[in-house]
Amino acid sequence: MSYIAKPSARHPKMPVNALGLTARDYEGSMSTLCAGCGHDSVTAALVQTFFELDVQPHLVGKLSGIGCSSKTPAYFMSEAHGFNSVHGRMPAIAAGANAANRDLLYVGISGDGDSLSIGLGQFCHAVRRNVDMVYVLENNGVYGLTKGQFSASADVGSRSKTGEVNGQGPIDPVNVALTLGATFVARSFSGDKQQLVPILKAAFSHKGFAFVDVISPCVTFNDHKGSTKSYAHTRSHMHEVIETDFVPLRAEIKTEYAEGSARAVRMHDGSVIRLRKVAEGYDPTDRAAVIEYLGSVARRGEISTGLLYVGEAGLDMHDHANTTDTALVNLGYETLCPGSQTLADLQKEWR
Amino acid sequence: MPTNTRDPQYYHKVVDCQWACPAHTNVPEYIRLIAAGKYTESYMLNRQSNVLPGILGRTCDRPCEPACRRTRVEDEPVAICRLKRVAADLRGDVQHLLPTAPETKNGKKIALIGAGPASLTVANDLMPLGYECTIFEGLPKAGGLMRTNIPSFRLPVEVLEEEIDMILDMGVEVRYNHRIDSMKELLDTGGFDAVFVGTGAPKGKELDIPGREEADANVHIGIEWLESIHFGHIDSIGERVLVIGVGNTAMDCCRSSRRMGGTDIKVMARKPRPYFKASPWELEDAEDERIEIIVNHSPQRFVVEDGRLTGMIFDVVEWAENEKGRLVSTTLEEVFIPADDVVLAIGQDNAFPWIEKDIGIEFGDWDMPVVDRATFMTTRSGVFVGGDAAWGPENIIWAVEHGHQAAISIHNYCQQIPVGDRPPYGMNLVSTKMGLHEWRYSNDYDPVDRTPMRYEELEKRLSDMGVEAELGFDLKQTTREVERCLNCDVQTDFTANLCIECDACVDVCPVLCLSIVPGGEEDDLRGRLMAPAENLGQALYVSEGLPQTARVMVKDEDLCVHCGLCAERCPTAAWDMMQFDLLNPYAGFESWPTTAVTV
Repeated sequence: MSYIAKPSARHPKMPVNALGLTARDYEGSMSTLCAGCGHDSVTAALVQTFFELDVQPHLVGKLSGIGCSSKTPAYFMSEAHGFNSVHGRMPAIAAGANAANRDLLYVGISGDGDSLSIGLGQFCHAVRRNVDMVYVLENNGVYGLTKGQFSASADVGSRSKTGEVNGQGPIDPVNVALTLGATFVARSFSGDKQQLVPILKAAFSHKGFAFVDVISPCVTFNDHKGSTKSYAHTRSHMHEVIETDFVPLRAEIKTEYAEGSARAVRMHDGSVIRLRKVAEGYDPTDRAAVIEYLGSVARRGEISTGLLYVGEAGLDMHDHANTTDTALVNLGYETLCPGSQTLADLQKEWR
Repeated sequence: MPTNTRDPQYYHKVVDCQWACPAHTNVPEYIRLIAAGKYTESYMLNRQSNVLPGILGRTCDRPCEPACRRTRVEDEPVAICRLKRVAADLRGDVQHLLPTAPETKNGKKIALIGAGPASLTVANDLMPLGYECTIFEGLPKAGGLMRTNIPSFRLPVEVLEEEIDMILDMGVEVRYNHRIDSMKELLDTGGFDAVFVGTGAPKGKELDIPGREEADANVHIGIEWLESIHFGHIDSIGERVLVIGVGNTAMDCCRSSRRMGGTDIKVMARKPRPYFKASPWELEDAEDERIEIIVNHSPQRFVVEDGRLTGMIFDVVEWAENEKGRLVSTTLEEVFIPADDVVLAIGQDNAFPWIEKDIGIEFGDWDMPVVDRATFMTTRSGVFVGGDAAWGPENIIWAVEHGHQAAISIHNYCQQIPVGDRPPYGMNLVSTKMGLHEWRYSNDYDPVDRTPMRYEELEKRLSDMGVEAELGFDLKQTTREVERCLNCDVQTDFTANLCIECDACVDVCPVLCLSIVPGGEEDDLRGRLMAPAENLGQALYVSEGLPQTARVMVKDEDLCVHCGLCAERCPTAAWDMMQFDLLNPYAGFESWPTTAVTV
């Protein structure tokens, strides 16, 4: 880790967004992760995303569990709200926070250990419940914090730094999310912000649970030859299925695509994502076809990336629970807690 | 094409102050030495390139400061010049560290005409090589313009003399009160192997307007007047003084007038402030001493009544650009400004009446000898010119550099090496890595403002010409100011084949100077970086193709604050923070130590 703070000096011509903030205003404290960690690039992509979306930092909730990945929220947007939960329990905390204040923008940052081992159940239920949040899974295939044991996302045949070969099949979080009905499922790579930033921007415009799996190499324990989650392996095996171009609400659409090659999807907030198919015949709105296609790519040993599936948002947690449009925190105390007499009257109805 | 960082000039250019300094003083290293309390070492490092650190620490025109990177990152440069003075003020005895001349001489005799900074530098460089140097000086003391034109409230005589003596004490023969009247005679009968002309620009410009002759008793030529003050020939001036001109000599004249009894002193400028030649800090110092600077007044005539100057008439003018973009004036009205004395400080000319036109020294425009820009040799072999005598008035630090270069030429000439064979620049590059994230320099960016100078109380400093106006930095100010230096000589050195393109350096850079992009021509690259590289005066570093994607690492050198975070966040040490040490060539240096990288 660095001992100095990032210099306050800035590029004098840094662009400012609609709020008058620069990207640097979305930074957090200095990262204490290993030098070269993919997670720091994910942080930089998030900073860029929030900056470009003109997000007001005090209207964001950052949530995480335990692990290297879960330190990430400390490294961006110091002014936002944050909660660092126990291991694997971030989805429950996110659901709770969202239940209490539906007006905030929620971003949960997790890792393959936090989401696919100890917190797999929590993860599944967050998808199922369709909590309105962006769920970023920084996926590196190892438990970095405990010195590099294989995680549940390690591929069969992947070799550890000490030479062992993994024999257990991986849990593919994209597959899990698709199977459980997630309506926004993407995969990207920390080393490719050109792809990652538009996907994150689209994710924040999506209503309901938006899942982004990010291959984020562990530079200390899983960046060697034989690893299937290294920078070099990911770069040479990345198979970009679809290119994402995010057009925010009110922005003019400038890029032209050849007829039939791009598909525009209007998001809940009115912004548009334009998906340009790279793979022949790929339909990102056909869940069954997507699952089948991704399976075939995985069998070739390649890694599908892009906004892989996007569907109608459907009902989110609040819709299911039939809560008020006003965030619960904004209801007066008397409304939220009408007193023991009202409770007694209510109970009387069921006697 | 990847950038060749093994050419010493690439990293040299990154060290803006060193690049801007005519003598290429290693500023960041001398500032670090001051920070470490090693004032003597800092002084000696300075002396190596600029020869006169104590003098220059007070009087330099500071080309380094406007170049300072800090002016691009925030507003104000590091107070480089003032720190130089700290090293000179606080140093210990350096006698044992000074160069010495060998007992056995090499048999070559060199004549140096004029005992100013250019000649002194030539002597400084040649004496240790065994040359016998003789300086001819028209005045009774050495120093040239540094002595006669810079008042002692800016440069105390002791400081001046101590540094001059460091050179002369090597055994330089000085013939005082010996003005050379004939170059021909010197060449024919002097018995010298080479002659160096360092006579400066000793003639103050005249203002030929009506009334000049009649007013002569109370009209003074600035540089001559300052010289008379120095030698005690005059000690007073009238109460109301007009100083014509607004260069640094004008500042010395008005401030001297203030100390000589002037109470109402006006500096008269023809043009508005942005066109002033004086350094901003000298203008400020003058104004602090309650000297009025009046703009847009063009001298029309002197007014003399009963044979005595009573004042001057000025045209009040207004300036506008004409269609050719040149500034032209329109007269609005004329005004009379009363005065007891007028000092003219409107420039200096060279004068070579003593160089005969038929001895092979060709003269060009403005009656100036034709001098080679690189070798300082005239069209007559063995005759060299440097300092203000070469191309007109510059400043001391330029004269010093001219001296170094002329010394190389004289050495070459005397050793039958072609004068055009210039010894190469070299460099050393040494990693500053001390630990995982620890470096041999202070990489923590300190956003404090420039430290202001302390001055002697106004009343006290005006009471005596000899009271130095600036007090210099105290220790507290020094420790504060040294931390402002960005250590631009600690270079971000990149090894492309180690890079895994994790983006960590790009993400952490506080000033967006790094980008990993597909390669291209520089013009094209400049437009598609993390931030556009619009300062064309600053280099772009472009790496070789990176191993994984064949893209290139590009660094815009413009705003890098040398915090070293790119190297700290680099997992493979593809980035390292390397201390760059430019090896300046001096007379007699034929090669660099084997550790040096030379091109």
